[in-house]
Amino acid sequence: MPHDHHDHDDHFHHEGISPSGHPYRADDDTPLTYWQTMEIAVRELLVEKGHVTAAEIAAQIDRMDARSPANGAAVVARAWTDPAFREHLLADGSAATREMGFDIGPMHLLAVENTPGVHNVIVCTLCSCYPRNLLGLPPDWYKSRAYRSRLVREPRRVLSEFGLTLPADTTIRVHDSTADMRYVVIPERPAGTEDWDADRLAALVTRDSMIGTGLPRPAA
Amino acid sequence: MDRFDGKSWHDMGGGEGGALTDLPPDHDFALWEKRVDALMVLMTSKGHFSVDGLRRVLEDMGPRAFETMSYYERWMAAVNQNLVEAGLYTTTELGERMERVARRGGTYGLAADPRSTDRD
Amino acid sequence: MTEAATGGTDGAPQFPDGAAVRVKALMPPGHVRTPAYLRGKRGIVERRLGPFPSPEQLAYNLPAERLPLYRVRFTMAEVWGPAAERPDDTLDAEIYGPWLLPED
Repeated sequence: MPHDHHDHDDHFHHEGISPSGHPYRADDDTPLTYWQTMEIAVRELLVEKGHVTAAEIAAQIDRMDARSPANGAAVVARAWTDPAFREHLLADGSAATREMGFDIGPMHLLAVENTPGVHNVIVCTLCSCYPRNLLGLPPDWYKSRAYRSRLVREPRRVLSEFGLTLPADTTIRVHDSTADMRYVVIPERPAGTEDWDADRLAALVTRDSMIGTGLPRPAA
Repeated sequence: MDRFDGKSWHDMGGGEGGALTDLPPDHDFALWEKRVDALMVLMTSKGHFSVDGLRRVLEDMGPRAFETMSYYERWMAAVNQNLVEAGLYTTTELGERMERVARRGGTYGLAADPRSTDRD
Repeated sequence: MTEAATGGTDGAPQFPDGAAVRVKALMPPGHVRTPAYLRGKRGIVERRLGPFPSPEQLAYNLPAERLPLYRVRFTMAEVWGPAAERPDDTLDAEIYGPWLLPED
């Protein structure tokens, strides 16, 4: 029963970093589940049969980990400060964000802009479609029965539960991501930021403001 | 019990749901979950199946799976189903490999460690 | 398949921007991307999105024909009737051509 890897494990646990550079996570030490067992088995079979390499999987995880709402915030802040980019983003969101290094892959990005009197909000009632190239992986609530069921029927009530109460004369446009488009909301630029540059503005752009369940932070 | 009228459980728009207050804090996903996600992205980009193939299996798993399995557990089941259908490996091969993986140790860290030696 | 069944040959759109359309009120089992809450409802083509492979065939790893895809805008009053939270709020969804009918 060879267990020579234990020495390595102890070493790497001590360092807190795996050989591939990923921090070890708590799930490494919890009892193995059926579905974890399947993940290992499927991955090994695919690698052994030449359908994918371990390096491809690691690189894909790195790409995923590099995606966060900071990507979307950079896009929004640029749209606020660069009129030509804003036009491009609204006309062809996939191309405009790809130019910034945020490739949406085979999907298509559609940017929807909040204006005085119009507020946009995004949902996927059929599954969990989300602009992963700009925002990373979706939060649990976005995938929940409550959000998927209720947003299309009572958006004002749902938004109020997020702490967002809109003026009565604001029109709400709900976007259900039913097919090949992915959506991002361009929120309204906060007042009092007229002389701010894009980097400073990006810090005001929250994830929820790009889903439509929130607004950007106010200028302090 | 309601008679089936063609509307699938996953088609949630307009249905009932709880309040969206006191949301749980955001969390990072576990390594095994990220690997499931990566397998989905890579194997669909290589053309072995599609996101609609994933969705079809998730939908066919039914509402009980939605309530009792985690997001990436459901994805794992659906990715596997599509890969078997695409002919990349057989169900028996999967079963034998899962048994071998489970023998390596009782935690994900041990079972997934490529330096572990399989015990025969 | 007939042209009516595929919603146009080779994904060519059959409705212009701004056209009034109605979502077919079909209830087949299986993988479709038309939400039930919009079936039978009347909307306006907000924009054409071009041809995309049919999800109903992709779901079973079959060769997929290309279908025109539309963003259709519905009013909350149309979708929910008197129960609408506010009648002139809107709901946009992407609907494939074969699920749409022309509406006067």
